[in-house]
Amino acid sequence: MTTTEKTYAGVCVTCNEQGYLTNFEQWNKDVGLAIAKEEQIEMTDKHWEVIQFLQEQHKKQVPLSIRKIGKSGVVSIKEFYQLFPKGPLKISSRISGIPKPVSCI
Amino acid sequence: MKQLLILGAGTSGTMMANHLRKALSKKEWNITIVDQEETHYYQPGFLFLPFDIYKTKQVKKKIEKFIPKGVKLLKEKINRIDKDNDLVVLENENILQYDILIIATGTNIAPQEIEGMLGDHWQKSVFDFYTFEGARNLRNKLRTWEGGKLVVHISEMPIKCPVAPLEFAFLADSYFINKGMRDKVDITYVTPMSGAFTKPIATKELGHLLEQKNIKVVPDFNIERVDAENQKIIDYGEEEVAYDLLVTVPTNMGDELIERSGFGDELNFVPTDKTTLQTKVKDNIFAIGDATNIPASKAGSVAHFEAEILTENIQRYIQGKELKKEFDGHANCFIETGHGKALLIDFNYTQEPVKGTFPFPNVGPLSLLKETHMNHMGKLAFRWIYWNMLIKGKHIPFVSATMSTSGKQLETTNNL
Ligand SMILES: Cc1cc2nc3c(=O)[nH]c(=O)nc-3n(C[C@H](O)[C@H](O)[C@H](O)COP(=O)(O)OP(=O)(O)OC[C@H]3O[C@@H](n4cnc5c(N)ncnc54)[C@H](O)[C@@H]3O)c2cc1C
Repeated sequence: MTTTEKTYAGVCVTCNEQGYLTNFEQWNKDVGLAIAKEEQIEMTDKHWEVIQFLQEQHKKQVPLSIRKIGKSGVVSIKEFYQLFPKGPLKISSRISGIPKPVSCI
Repeated sequence: MKQLLILGAGTSGTMMANHLRKALSKKEWNITIVDQEETHYYQPGFLFLPFDIYKTKQVKKKIEKFIPKGVKLLKEKINRIDKDNDLVVLENENILQYDILIIATGTNIAPQEIEGMLGDHWQKSVFDFYTFEGARNLRNKLRTWEGGKLVVHISEMPIKCPVAPLEFAFLADSYFINKGMRDKVDITYVTPMSGAFTKPIATKELGHLLEQKNIKVVPDFNIERVDAENQKIIDYGEEEVAYDLLVTVPTNMGDELIERSGFGDELNFVPTDKTTLQTKVKDNIFAIGDATNIPASKAGSVAHFEAEILTENIQRYIQGKELKKEFDGHANCFIETGHGKALLIDFNYTQEPVKGTFPFPNVGPLSLLKETHMNHMGKLAFRWIYWNMLIKGKHIPFVSATMSTSGKQLETTNNL
């Protein structure tokens, strides 16, 4: 796997080829904000609530899915799409500093 | 006498019955296995059935044929588990007491989870191939289908055998070429993932296959509903894909008995320790195969590796020893690519599929992550291995329960 160093909000972080942080420890809210800007997402409190939920699930090693978000009580799937249009799980995972959801191959 | 109870006599339950009857003393342990079916289906064969490659009789056999002597088989539907009292309640209200319970009830399709998927069109223009009936009805449809837009679709992850839909698309390409009507069929592969392949090495090595076979890919598609009247599927982002024939893998869920028992996640999968296979429900309840929530692939080969480790851990549990945290998510899957060729992938929780040879380093005869005829022969041989070795709990020579890295080209990778 090739990784690159990137600087977000003055913090040097390691990213994979697709721009996902490879070490969650390097994440902070400003880093998240800078990545969101790259994704052209204007962050609101609701966005951060979703991000927090994703990070909690990640720490508990729970694989994420659209259904899980819909049942989280944080947002409905429709709202999730409104917050992070086009591939919301991909985009929100990137802003959260957690790995992109993948299949086995 | 102590009671060991296995729920489900599919791939995993049958393997555990065979392993444990050998491992546990007949004087001390009764083993009972419960399943609602008369038939043991060879599910990997459901991929070939629609294309008339396998006949129906090649994918089904009587369930009792594979249950060893000394294990009691009950053909009943299970209603629920009463974990607090160590009891299982059957649908006929009979009650089974256990000292150790193994949940092996697998996963099944839940088309009712997607709005508009079921209806008059179900198994007429919208098909699944994850059930025997679905695969057979689809075969009958394909025999007379005159062409149009074929959409191969995954509703949501996780699904069992996550590569099967892609294999279906590849085999469809082959099938229509052989029928001399490929120009009349437009094949589109629609997935909720970010692509047909998501791991970097597989993407690099295999990405060209789709283009080469003229299969269009629609990624990041999370289906909201099927609009059967207008023959299209619509996602939460309002994206639409039109079809004439929709071959979908509906949401996969664990059996409702898990929900009725008061545990299980939002898809009725059983919370399970991914290294020991003990459930998080109660110490004397274990789970194996598709029924668990562990982040391994839901595949027969995975269940086979799990069975070896679970057999040891059940014995350790009985002896009061610490459980081995040994399961590493090892999976080994053949992927049919059509035209008599296949790929082979071997991976685990942390190591993504890479190139190399299998099972003998530098020798093969199988090639990892590469299309070969030999791999295709391996896939076909898997049916024989399944019926004669795998579910009978025989060790498959040269293939270990945990993943081996020899013969693999690892230098370029590490898991994401
Ligand atoms: C199209 C397709 C292709 C596949 N290809 C491959 C492949 O190439 N390689 C591979 O390794 N794997 C493949 N698989 C996956 C493989 O078949 C499964 O992973 C495997 O069968 C899982 O075994 P299991 O015992 O956990 O579940 P199952 O074999 O599904 O068994 C579950 C059993 O539990 C019983 N049960 C459930 N609920 C109840 C209840 N309430 N009461 C009574 N009985 C109940 C069911 O009747 C069933 O017999 C494929 C699957 C499909 C659908």
